[in-house]
Amino acid sequence: MLTHPVPETVLARVAPGWGEAPPSLFLSPSAVWAAGCRMNCRSEVLEVSVEGRQVEEAMLAVLHTVLLHRSTGKFHYKKEGTYSIGTVGTQDVDCDFIDFTYVRVSSEELDRALRKVVGEFKDALRNSGGDGLGQMSLEFYQKKKSRWPFSDECIPWEVWTVKVHVVALATEQERQICREKVGEKLCEKIINIVEVMNRHEYLPKMPTQSEVDNVFDTGLRDVQPYLYKISFQITDALGTSVTTTMRRLIKDTLAL
Amino acid sequence: METDLNSQDRKDLDKFIKFFALKTVQVIVQARLGEKICTRSSSSPTGSDWFNLAIKDIPEVTHEAKKALAGQLPAVGRSMCVEISLKTSEGDSMELEIWCLEMNEKCDKEIKVSYTVYNRLSLLLKSLLAITRVTPAYRLSRKQGHEYVILYRIYFGEVQLNGLGEGFQTVRVGTVGTPVGTITLSCAYRINLAFMSTRQFERTPPIMGIIIDHFVDRPYPSSSPMHPCNYRTAGEDTGGTYPSVEDSQEVCTTSFSTSPPSQCVFTVTKAHFQTPTPVVTDTLRVPMAGLAFSHQLSSSRLSYQPAALGVGSADLAYPVVFAAGLNATHPHQLMVPGKEGGVPLAPNQPAHGAQADQERLATYTPSDGARCAATPSSSEDTETVSNSSEGRASPHDVLETIFVRKVGAFVNKPINQVTLTSLDIPFAMFAPKNLELEDADPMVNPPDSPETESPLQGSLHSDGSSGGSSGNTHDDFVMIDFKPAFSKDDILPMDLGTFYREFQNPPQLSSLSIDIGAQSMAEDLDSLPEKLAVHEKNVREFDAFVETLQ
Repeated sequence: MLTHPVPETVLARVAPGWGEAPPSLFLSPSAVWAAGCRMNCRSEVLEVSVEGRQVEEAMLAVLHTVLLHRSTGKFHYKKEGTYSIGTVGTQDVDCDFIDFTYVRVSSEELDRALRKVVGEFKDALRNSGGDGLGQMSLEFYQKKKSRWPFSDECIPWEVWTVKVHVVALATEQERQICREKVGEKLCEKIINIVEVMNRHEYLPKMPTQSEVDNVFDTGLRDVQPYLYKISFQITDALGTSVTTTMRRLIKDTLAL
Repeated sequence: METDLNSQDRKDLDKFIKFFALKTVQVIVQARLGEKICTRSSSSPTGSDWFNLAIKDIPEVTHEAKKALAGQLPAVGRSMCVEISLKTSEGDSMELEIWCLEMNEKCDKEIKVSYTVYNRLSLLLKSLLAITRVTPAYRLSRKQGHEYVILYRIYFGEVQLNGLGEGFQTVRVGTVGTPVGTITLSCAYRINLAFMSTRQFERTPPIMGIIIDHFVDRPYPSSSPMHPCNYRTAGEDTGGTYPSVEDSQEVCTTSFSTSPPSQCVFTVTKAHFQTPTPVVTDTLRVPMAGLAFSHQLSSSRLSYQPAALGVGSADLAYPVVFAAGLNATHPHQLMVPGKEGGVPLAPNQPAHGAQADQERLATYTPSDGARCAATPSSSEDTETVSNSSEGRASPHDVLETIFVRKVGAFVNKPINQVTLTSLDIPFAMFAPKNLELEDADPMVNPPDSPETESPLQGSLHSDGSSGGSSGNTHDDFVMIDFKPAFSKDDILPMDLGTFYREFQNPPQLSSLSIDIGAQSMAEDLDSLPEKLAVHEKNVREFDAFVETLQ
C-alpha cells in the first residue's frame, strides 16, 4: 500500500464529547502535517466499489473493524501509577444490503458518531452529482502540548483511507450479484485490516493519568478508543477535491 | 528454551497462553453457533474478563478444550486445532475449516510479558472475532437448521489439513511474539464446496433449497467426537448445575475477583415429566401462535435430557413449531457425540406443520443434550452421558420423554402422540377433550353442506372455544366447531368461517377449462397475425409504459 499525505483541506472533527478548539487545524501549517505524516504516520488505503445504498454499510463495516482494534476498555487509574482496564464487549451487525456481517465494539455512542459522519458522507456523495467517487479518512492522532501562544498539535500516527466508487446498477439480478460480490470484497478488506493490525507497529505509549487525554478519547462511557478524527471528501476521477467540507470546518470553529 | 525469564513472568506467560487458547476456542465455536453474538462493554473492570474482552464461556466448550489440551500448552509441533465441519441431515459430513493455534521457536526476548504480550494477545483475539465472520463457513453456519448443522472438534497435536479438499486457502489472523516462542493463529478453509449426494433413499425437501453453494460428498469417518456448534448456554439468571469451570476464577492481571461460574439450566428431572419444572417456566411466555422466539427459550431447552427418540421434553410446554424444530434437529445432534458419523436416529421429519421460521429456531436446540446435560447429583454421570451416543446408557437420567406436540393454529396433521392431559398448554381448558382425528379436520375434508345454519362447529386447536359438536350425520367422525382464530362474529355480517368455506372451491377460470377452448390449433394460429397487428398499432403505448417503469 502506498503512503500518501493526508488531504490537507478537509478535517472535520468527529469525536463526540470533544469540546476543544480546532484552531490547530487551521493554524498548523500543512508542512507540519506532511512532516508528521512522512515521519511516523503510517497510512493504509482501501478501495471499494459499491452500489449507492451499500455505501453506508460498507463504510461502517470498515470503520468499525478498525476501531475495534483501536479501542480499549476504560482506564481506571489507581495509586502508584497502576491502572486497570475495563472490558470491551462486541456485537455482530448484519448488513441489510450486503451479504456481510461485521463485528463492532458494543458502544452506542461510538456507533452513533460513526453513523452520523457516514450519513453525511453518503449525502455528500449523492448530492455531488459527480462520478460517484469519494473517500473517507479515519485518522488516529496524539496531542502534543505546546507552549503558549501555540496551541496543541495533533500528530497523526495512523491514517486509514477508504476510497469509494459508487456504481449504478440497472437490473435486480445485477443488484443481487453485487450484494454477494461486495460481501466478498469486504471480507478481503477485513483480512487486510487485520493483517495491518497484527504487524504490531508503532502504537502510542500507554499514558500516565495526566496524559491520558492526549492519547485516548476518554469522552465515551464504556470504551476508550485512541484519539481519532474522521473526514471525507468527494473527488472526481483525477482525485482532486471537488467538494470540500470547509463549510463544516468553519462552522465548527465558529461554534465555539 | 528457558531464558532470563523470571519465574513469575514465566508463570504469567503460561497462564496467558492457556487462557488465550481457551478464549480462542470460545470465540471460534460461538461464531459458528449460527446466531449473532452480543456482549456488553463494562467500564468498571471485573477482573474476570480475560484480555479485557467480554467473551462468554460456554462450559461445555471449555471442558472440551481442556480435555484436548490435557494440561499442556501449545508448543512447537503441538498445536491446538479447532476443526469446523458440516453435517447434513442425511449424515454426510465435510470439513470446512481448521483453526490452528501454533507456537514456533522464534523468541522475542525483550518483550514484556505482563504488559505487551497481554495487550497483543487481546488484539489478536479482536482480530479473531473479526476474521471468524469473514470466512465462508460463517454464512453457512448462520443458515444451519434442519438441512445441516455445524460441528466442532478440538484436538491437540499435529495439524491435519487433508480433509479440506483441494485448493484450500489460508488466512493468518495474527502472531504474537513471546519470550518462549511466537504464537500464530491461522485458519485454513475449504473453498471447494461442491457436493453431490450419492444417497439413494428418498429425501423430503431437497437440501439444496436454501444453500446456493454445492457440497462435495466426502465420507470421512469422524474419528473423534464431534460436537454441534449450536449449543447454547443459558443466561446467567437461571440456575445452573453444570460443573463449573473453576479456572475462570483465576486472576487476570491487575485485579482479583471471582467470576460467577457460568450457569446452565440443567434441571434434569429424574422421573416425572408430568409435572412441569417450575424453574424454566418463566422463559416460556411464548404465545401459541407466535413464531418468533427469543433467546430465552434456548435456556429452557437445556433443561431436559433428550432420549433416543430425539424428542422434546414433556415437562415443558413448547409450541409445536418449537418442538418440531427440536425433533428435526435432534436426531443428528444426538448421534454425534461418540458416534462414528452414522445415520440419524430418528427419521428427520422437519415439518409437521412446522413453519419456515424454524431455520433460526433450530439453532437453539440444546443439540447435544447428551453432552451437556449433567445431573445435579453426580458429575461422573456427565461422562457416562456424554460418552454414550444418545444418552441411552445413562442409568437414571435419561428417561423416556414424551413427545409433546401441541397443535398450532391451522395445522393439518395432529400427531397421535399428543397427550393433552399431562401438558401445561396455554388455554388448556379450551382444548377439546377428544383427540382430533384427521378425518374430523374440516380443513382437510370440508363437509358437504352444513347441517345447521350456523357455521360448522369445530375447533382446530386448543385456542378455539370448545363449542361442542353440532348435530351430524356421520358416526365415524366428529363434527367440530370451526372457529377460525381471531375472527369475530359480530363485526362481519358474514362469518369468516362461512366465507372461507364458500370460497374454498372457486369455480375454474373459463380460460382454463378445456371445453371452451375447443378452437383448434389451426384457428389459433390464424388469429395470431390479427392479434399481432393490433399490438403493433399500440406499440407506442407499450413503450411509454415501459419507460415509466424504469
